[in-house]
Amino acid sequence: MAYPVSEDELHAYVDGELDSERRQAVERYLAEHPEAAERVRDFASYNRALHQAYDRVLDEPLPIGMARPRAALWHAWALRAAAAIALLVVGATGGWWGKTAVEGDVAQRPNIASRAAVAHAVYTPEDRHPVEIEGGNEEHLVNWLSKRIGAPLKTPKLTEAGYRLVGGRLVPASSAPAAYFMYENDAGHRITLYARARYPNEKKTAFRYSYQGDIGVFYWMDERLGYAVAGQMTRDELQLIAKLIRAEIEG
Amino acid sequence: MEKQQLIIEQIPKLRRYARALTGNAALADDLVQDCLERAWSRFHLWQPGSNIRAWMFTIMHNCYANFVRKNKHQPSLVTIEDWGGDAQVAPNQENAAELRDVIAAIRQLPAEQREVLLLVGLEELTYAEAAKVLGIPLGTVMSRLSRGREKLRAILTHRPLIAGVRQVGD
Repeated sequence: MAYPVSEDELHAYVDGELDSERRQAVERYLAEHPEAAERVRDFASYNRALHQAYDRVLDEPLPIGMARPRAALWHAWALRAAAAIALLVVGATGGWWGKTAVEGDVAQRPNIASRAAVAHAVYTPEDRHPVEIEGGNEEHLVNWLSKRIGAPLKTPKLTEAGYRLVGGRLVPASSAPAAYFMYENDAGHRITLYARARYPNEKKTAFRYSYQGDIGVFYWMDERLGYAVAGQMTRDELQLIAKLIRAEIEG
Repeated sequence: MEKQQLIIEQIPKLRRYARALTGNAALADDLVQDCLERAWSRFHLWQPGSNIRAWMFTIMHNCYANFVRKNKHQPSLVTIEDWGGDAQVAPNQENAAELRDVIAAIRQLPAEQREVLLLVGLEELTYAEAAKVLGIPLGTVMSRLSRGREKLRAILTHRPLIAGVRQVGD
């Protein structure tokens, strides 16, 4: 009774995650509970075995070419070149391309961008019920939402940009339901992805930007679905994430 | 140059992790290569000053998850020839037999438990870093780690796994 120790703390002890006070509590506990002490010794032995088996990989010479990802360099160069050419074209044609990329205030356009901005505004401030199904249950979440909106969905991984999936919910669109996914970073900033089937009168579109108050939205339509990414951040910051989402969806 | 250096410094540990994750040297290096290509093309997503190692492992996890997903319906592609009796353990190594048993047992774990066990036990990421890398809550890291290690014990001691034991306190 004297030193209640949780199962998690036994692992944290093995992995050096405890402060000195809890470490001592665990040590006192282990001294009196030989069976727990044996388990802890076993857990620690697995960590040691991993090092003994795999540390030698650190000393192996790198395969030729691994330190120089040529394809990626080429890719980056080609993108920059394409962007430079596009700029030239825009300049030459009076910049029509730049103009269509910004729709302006979405409040005047009851389209996917405004729906997404509204959903973002309604649910992201929620502390207790931001989503219907949590991200831990990702497979169920995706299957359910795919079924309801009638097209296979994917949850993009945004961990590379520091965001993890909080979860999702079903939200209304004008004639059919839409899927809504929420992501959050360590600072508590939330961004949302809204997706629904494309309506018959809608065309495929490239990336576009709108805003509603301080909520920015990047949106586009592909073969089957329309997508909108909403967040409260600068346009450039949101664009980075929206591009990552699109790459994840297309990849 | 600086960017190149930052990424290159991570390669040995990424290779170690991938080797342990897949149990196959060629497959592991393919994964590392994928991961590096992705790191190059997405370097703008990395926030300078934040932990580059955790970021690279995040990418590695995503590459691995894609690999697993793509090969889900083609088990022959993920058959790993040297699972179990593999070359990581030198025959003259002290306690070689025990080591081989542990490695073989780790390979029997579900991928999600193996990932946590390797990130924490081999790569020595903190629990918080592992949660970030995997995009899961801290509590899920803990439960996967705990289940993974209990399962290893069950395999290695040939004891049935007792489910549902959480609190060992009082």
